Amino acid sequence: MNHKQFFFDRFALTQQDLERYLSEALSAGGDYADLYFEYLTSTSISMDESLVKSASQGISAGCGIRVISGERTGYAYTDNLAADRIIHAARTAALIASAPAKHDVAGFKENSERNLYPVASAGADADLTAKLELVMRADKATRAYDPRIKQVRASYVDELRRILVVGSDGTLATDTQPLSRMSIFCIAKASEENSSRGSSGGGGRVGIEYFQTEKTPEYFAHEAARQAIIQLDAREAPAGEMEVVLGPGWPGILLHEAIGHGLEADFNRKKTSAFSGLLEKRVASDKCTIVDNGTLPSRRGSINVDDEGSPTQNTVLIEKGILKGYLSDKLSSRLMGISDTGNGRRESYEHIPMPRMTNTYMMAGEDSPEDIIRSVKRGLYAVNFGGGQVDITNGKFVFSASEAYLIEDGKITAPVKNATLIGNGPDVLTRVSMVGNDLKLDEGVGTCGKDGQSVPVGVGIPTIKVDSITVGGTAR
Amino acid sequence: MKTETAEQTTRSNSALREIATDVVRRAMAAGATAAEAVARDGSEFSTVVRLGQVETLKESGSRALGLRVFIGQRAANTYTSDFSREGIEHLVSGAIQLARVTSEDPFGGLPEASQLGAISDDLDLYYEDVYSLPAAERIDYARRAETAAMNLDARIQNSDGGSFDAATGSKVLANSLGFVGEYQRSYCSVAAVPIAIDANGGMQRDYWYSASRTLKELESAESVGTEAARRTLRRLGARKISTTRVPVIFDPQVSRSIIEHIFEGANGDSIYRGASFFAGKLGERVAAENVTVIDDGTMRGGFGSSPFDSEGVPTRRTVVVDRGILKSYLLNTYTAKKLGMQTTGNASRGLAGTPGIGAGNFFLQPGTKSPQQLIADVKQGLYVTEFLGSAVNLVTGDYSRGASGLWIENGELTYPVEEITVAGNLKDMFMNISQIATDLEFRSSVAAPTLRIDGLTVAGA
Repeated sequence: MNHKQFFFDRFALTQQDLERYLSEALSAGGDYADLYFEYLTSTSISMDESLVKSASQGISAGCGIRVISGERTGYAYTDNLAADRIIHAARTAALIASAPAKHDVAGFKENSERNLYPVASAGADADLTAKLELVMRADKATRAYDPRIKQVRASYVDELRRILVVGSDGTLATDTQPLSRMSIFCIAKASEENSSRGSSGGGGRVGIEYFQTEKTPEYFAHEAARQAIIQLDAREAPAGEMEVVLGPGWPGILLHEAIGHGLEADFNRKKTSAFSGLLEKRVASDKCTIVDNGTLPSRRGSINVDDEGSPTQNTVLIEKGILKGYLSDKLSSRLMGISDTGNGRRESYEHIPMPRMTNTYMMAGEDSPEDIIRSVKRGLYAVNFGGGQVDITNGKFVFSASEAYLIEDGKITAPVKNATLIGNGPDVLTRVSMVGNDLKLDEGVGTCGKDGQSVPVGVGIPTIKVDSITVGGTAR
Repeated sequence: MKTETAEQTTRSNSALREIATDVVRRAMAAGATAAEAVARDGSEFSTVVRLGQVETLKESGSRALGLRVFIGQRAANTYTSDFSREGIEHLVSGAIQLARVTSEDPFGGLPEASQLGAISDDLDLYYEDVYSLPAAERIDYARRAETAAMNLDARIQNSDGGSFDAATGSKVLANSLGFVGEYQRSYCSVAAVPIAIDANGGMQRDYWYSASRTLKELESAESVGTEAARRTLRRLGARKISTTRVPVIFDPQVSRSIIEHIFEGANGDSIYRGASFFAGKLGERVAAENVTVIDDGTMRGGFGSSPFDSEGVPTRRTVVVDRGILKSYLLNTYTAKKLGMQTTGNASRGLAGTPGIGAGNFFLQPGTKSPQQLIADVKQGLYVTEFLGSAVNLVTGDYSRGASGLWIENGELTYPVEEITVAGNLKDMFMNISQIATDLEFRSSVAAPTLRIDGLTVAGA
């Protein structure tokens, strides 16, 4: 079905209604207004202690109305899509401005449609029993990996988000965004005093067939169980500054925290980012080229259009170490006079859009991963991470290694316990001395939080060597 | 200034009550053997004033409905924001369909009828003043907080704004055992996030806030702004220190997160899975003798207070750790059955999913010394004011977090430090809480005074 027609049919909307709502939103003289209609269905099924203890499904729908006046934003939303409720919300948002109504809105230009995520069986429509089978297989395979695996929780969650965005600048964009994810958490127990945990997962803007053919429950099960078993033998992580080698894929969370957030245009417009004023300056070694790319097919962080209706793109953030650009939305691009990179995203119709990342990764270099490990005398090889966080203003960032090993005399040796790595965003990448030829994107599990809003994102990185970063372990 | 005058909210409550009981009735008619519905509505307001100008203004209301059904020992959940007839029919039929494919779980089910109820005390959770404050005055709170921060010192040169948030909401819970309960809550907060720049161009940001259920108990916008500026200024010129092992004093803003790990450790869900370092430790020493930790869902005006939990069981006061001894886990109906115990009235749920475990007001009992005395007792050590990120493993207790704060030399706070980590193991850390100060304050539902922990590794250069 045509995406636009879905909203027109379900909520009895017409183009005239949309024009009228926008006019109401601009009735107090705002510069720009937009309407964001969202209809989200989701299902979740999980296997816990080898039982399907529960299953869940839900629907969330509503409309958010934004009015911009200069640097000011007014916002209101409603989950009741009757005309009088939308008009009430439009008038509430309109109050951010205080001038006579400016212009009527007439006519929209529909963005040409592309489709980064052609999905055969869109999430929520897929057969429940097929999802059930996935979690049962995951549970079984995790337990089969090793008798010391004692607890397993496996879940499959999918959603289908339909959006319609119309703006007073003539924007009319629609999209239907599937998102699926499998997650496994397990606990291994070797003795009363020796337990450990492991987790894995993945997915993307894919249908259920992805988990039946490409990345199977057994694949994720093996990964979760492997991590838990390895951690049983982990020793104390080292403490202090040392050489750190990051494995390929999910360790790209380094880029997300260390530089990605700091390059979001809103922070730079307000000069609250440690990266403010560093455009065209060196912020990384010349081996580092980093992009944010919302156009990769089927990736978790990809979208055809952002939540302001602008097409996403591949934006170069850092080219051979030089800072080249920011991630922008409509508001910041207008106020800063820079181009809109299609990074205006929001969690839902209840939220104001702002610049956010999509898929952020470093381009492959020329070093072989083996040479990189071999070059380290004493250091840490970190291959899996939990979350991370950054203080935008002073640039300090952390990310937490959940699977890491000591490197001694050029060889990977003992596994170590979880440890936080901490560094300084504007200079950590200047210490990248080797970049591998093995770029890998993550499995599709990332969720980024900013100002209380969560959006799905991706990261990626080849194997890299950072000459010095502080590792927060306990061993001397 | 209490609820009885609020005609509008009273009316919406009875509408919610009607919807929740109707959904339970429909679920039973459709084949459920037990059902439970939660209905919520609320309004939210938030504004940010940055550099004296209103930056954002957001105002809205919303409502939503969640349903949990059982068919025998099989369970399922659905939720919706669509209150139309079709929306509710879809909610009910969807739940019934899902419950036909889930597994028989012998431990599933609603609480016993005899366990249901609500505490009768007035918990002071709702104040009309939050709802009725005009928008202009709400904006003024945000503006005054920011202005106070900006005016404290010339080095405060930028700002992430002053903000004011207000929210009111009603919640109704109904189940097929005849329980119907409802309550209203209000919340308001004022905050400031100033940015200071030093002579070398180094930037630091910090924040401060006050929150309450009524404007009457909110700290003044000026005091919030001034404290935010003070906390920001003391970070200027921060440096890294060498890796070391020293006594660490935790400011209440961070000590509460350490105490929150006691909640996570005592969470019945982690206990029955063996996923907690407290599993099997009931009656044993898990912390130093000066450590007493309480969960109390019945405190008047508390951020974690409610008359009943998310399964309709009255909330209560539970001593979790008594002078270092683990006295109780925190349980809902399911985890209590798994462990052969009784629920502690700690069921917690959003709209979607099975009830989990939630804290009421969870806190560490204060000690006898002032925070200043704790600092004065340290020859060389670290005073932590902020955590960044988290690598905390509740299965093993391994603990490692990014931190910043101030260095203590000869009993006095000296220069600021940053880009360091604090690491240890929670099992040891609770045993090594050597001092607890008197300054217990509730700024959220989890609270702890300033405290000192010995034996931690501080990693830096």
